[in-house]
Amino acid sequence: MEIALEARHLVKQYPGVLAVDDVSFEVRAGTCFGLLGPNGAGKTTTVEIMEGVTPATSGEVYYFGSPAGNKFREEAGIQFQNTALQDYLTVRETLQMFQSLYDRQADLEHIIRECSLEELQDRDNRKLSGGQRQRLFLAVALVNKPRLVFLDEPTTGLDPQARRNFWDLVNRIRSDGTTIILTTHYMDEAQILCDEIAIMDFGKIIIRGSPAELLRQRYQNVIIELPLEDVSGDLQSIDHRVLESQGVIEISTNDVNSSLQALATHVTGLNRLKIRQPNLEDLFLELTGHSLRA
Amino acid sequence: MLKRILAIFRARNLEFMRDRSSLSWNIILPVMLMFGLSFIFGGGDRTQYTVGVLQSGQQLETGLHPFLDTRYIRFVVISNEEDGFRKIARHQLDLLVQFDEPRRYWINPDSPKGYFVEFALLQSADPASYGLKKSQITGDAVRYVDWVLPGILGMNMMFSCLFGVGYVVVRYRKNGFLKRLRATPLRAIEFVIAQVASRLMLILLITSFVYAGTKYFLDTRMDGSYLVLFLIAFVGAIALLSMGLLVAARITSEELAGGLLNLITWPMMLLSGVWFSLEGADAWVRQVAKIFPLTHILDSARAVMLDGATLVDVAPALISLSVMSLVFLGLGAAMFRWRPR
Repeated sequence: MEIALEARHLVKQYPGVLAVDDVSFEVRAGTCFGLLGPNGAGKTTTVEIMEGVTPATSGEVYYFGSPAGNKFREEAGIQFQNTALQDYLTVRETLQMFQSLYDRQADLEHIIRECSLEELQDRDNRKLSGGQRQRLFLAVALVNKPRLVFLDEPTTGLDPQARRNFWDLVNRIRSDGTTIILTTHYMDEAQILCDEIAIMDFGKIIIRGSPAELLRQRYQNVIIELPLEDVSGDLQSIDHRVLESQGVIEISTNDVNSSLQALATHVTGLNRLKIRQPNLEDLFLELTGHSLRA
Repeated sequence: MLKRILAIFRARNLEFMRDRSSLSWNIILPVMLMFGLSFIFGGGDRTQYTVGVLQSGQQLETGLHPFLDTRYIRFVVISNEEDGFRKIARHQLDLLVQFDEPRRYWINPDSPKGYFVEFALLQSADPASYGLKKSQITGDAVRYVDWVLPGILGMNMMFSCLFGVGYVVVRYRKNGFLKRLRATPLRAIEFVIAQVASRLMLILLITSFVYAGTKYFLDTRMDGSYLVLFLIAFVGAIALLSMGLLVAARITSEELAGGLLNLITWPMMLLSGVWFSLEGADAWVRQVAKIFPLTHILDSARAVMLDGATLVDVAPALISLSVMSLVFLGLGAAMFRWRPR
């Protein structure tokens, strides 16, 4: 499959901080690529270098085989995590202004419909709620009918319902063949949306692959989860880990029956017990030794 | 390129026009000032007397005549005879005197203040011993409101240009709007042109509107060409806008931008002749004032409005303003930064 975007040995050095440390990866055309990591991992800086808004200390970015330049600017759509729009403009006027900056132009009515902005199109930008603004930011990123879209933590601050609606929208965009680069610190979001992920921490990529493949490679076990308060005895004989912040213990096992029997003598009840497949959060915890700082 | 410039130009215009407080401030302030000053100074009865001393040197020698020791009279050196005659005709000088040979003095017979200053001159020493010969120059008075009008319009232009572009660009940079634009095909020069064009159009419209209003209601003086006056406003506004862009080229703090803009605007307001003439000031002050674009704008605008100066007469000022614009724009473009460091 064709490579849409390629990062080669990206380095970003700020005074006293190495924010991006020799990062290289490529993104296949038509896929959704997730760059994951906790706050401060370097993912936003990496993405901003690729977007062309932050210069790299060293390294290069290639777009469909050529150094990212004017063609990239014309064909890429970018949704920033934090940005402002021009005051006193309505939603429609904002979209029209951004659309006029490109030669490539999408059908504005279609974008307004897709991003559920029909009833907001005459509203002043400043009077939008958080979720409405996120939808407008996404619409702005789509006005040039992009071949590649960057979404930088698009669902941060949204309620669960709004997040799910946003995911549906992203899936529809991807179904048109648009390449998506997503940064997020929500592992469930990455697992649902991404064909491939890279996990970053301390400026480096620590693992890369498709979520299912990575989990299959690393985990044969399932996880038993039990609230801490339901544990009555000493669990030293059972291999487990305690997640204080979530108030649970986790037992990783490939023999659920034996584990449940062993556990039965140490708990007050099993009504709140859960058995689940390992997820990206587990993988991240295992790789970095610390939980996500969401 | 033009399409992108027009998109930003239009968006900026809408932002300005819909920001009612900013729009009304830009129109109401100069109108209020004009009518206030017209009310206060409408009678033209400034208490101070001004006498021009025609001489070749810049330094006034007080020992030349006892009249030069008279209190409550401001003496200014006039080095050009024509300039002195024009000011007598316009009532901008109450009397013009030459103590070098041939010793003479000139007054305007229609000037009441000229009458009293002549009386003071003749009382200060025996006229025969100094042999001063009297001449008369006639002409209509220039009211203070006529004189101060270019100053007020220029001052409003200055604030609107510097804060309207400088402050706005810093705000755009600080809130990330510039960063968002950076991610589009828009180039820095296109953004800068759109900002300058938008503010230029608005400033010229507002200034023309205020000028037309004062002309209608106060019947202010206009001896020259409206076209030349408009050209001065056009070139002068570009120079001030370029200056604003230079200030805003890379800073990200609105407080710092405000401080720097005040640092620039206050000396200009005091030394460029907005409220009062610098003719009586020291030569070095007048030289320093020439580095400000506003000085060239006001001097040339007054020359057109009060003395009927032609395009050729104001060409040096227009050239100075154009050079300033090029320098400011060049430096501003070279230093321009889309986002905070």
